[in-house]
Amino acid sequence: MATKTYAGETVNVNEEGYFTEPSQWNKEIAKEIAKEEGIDLNDQHFQVLEMLREKNEAGENLSIRGINKSGVVDVKTFYQLFPGAPLKKATKIAGIPKPASCV
Amino acid sequence: MSDNKHPIKKVNIICAKGNIEDIYASLVMGNGAVMEGIEANLFFTFFGLEGIVKKWMKKPHTAVIGNPAMRMPGLGTRMPTLLGVIPGLESMVSGMMRKQMDELDVPPIDEFLDLYTAGGGKVYACKLAMDMFKIKEEELTDHVSGVLTIGEFYEHAGGEGSQIIFT
Repeated sequence: MATKTYAGETVNVNEEGYFTEPSQWNKEIAKEIAKEEGIDLNDQHFQVLEMLREKNEAGENLSIRGINKSGVVDVKTFYQLFPGAPLKKATKIAGIPKPASCV
Repeated sequence: MSDNKHPIKKVNIICAKGNIEDIYASLVMGNGAVMEGIEANLFFTFFGLEGIVKKWMKKPHTAVIGNPAMRMPGLGTRMPTLLGVIPGLESMVSGMMRKQMDELDVPPIDEFLDLYTAGGGKVYACKLAMDMFKIKEEELTDHVSGVLTIGEFYEHAGGEGSQIIFT
């Protein structure tokens, strides 16, 4: 298993850089991962990250549709917050596994 | 990832058939592209117009006749062709399919197009097919950005790392 160091903490990640243990995550770590992805995190980003972490903990399948229905953010804003590949980037920054969803 | 040097940067997906599975194959591929940060154009033509004409797109059907892969719900055996002629059977099977998809978080067509266009995906209709089916532009869903000739479609499809996919 690979490890990476963010904000002075060593965390376990898989070969693509996704956390294998979400409990090792904190906000400072998130900021550093986001920087790697070219994103400066603000409060709205953190609301989305917390929502993703809650859904992941609840065992919910993450999908773009689910995020749209979450009430935290609409899809358009979600794409703006995490430009490029939003779901992949957001889950990586949120310290949770890469979603296995097709929708 | 097999080839990092030549990633797909843009997909141009042609949807020419109007069964549930044809329309959804195009929508899943288009939306999937947008989710990966790939530019996407969806081009609806011929019976594919079923997916973007407001009065048709609510309840797409699948074929219960002429579809050898159609299985009996719950039994798993092939559906006898003769059963397919029972009035209402196609609607019932199609409804079951739509319900199943909804449970898997696959949205109805209009909501799917909402998600797709919110991510920057573009939707186009084919001029020739619209003339053939006598469909006017105002009958199309608002997700459609324009009606294109085939020449214009190729213009939109240009660019490095661009692919044309016919579903």
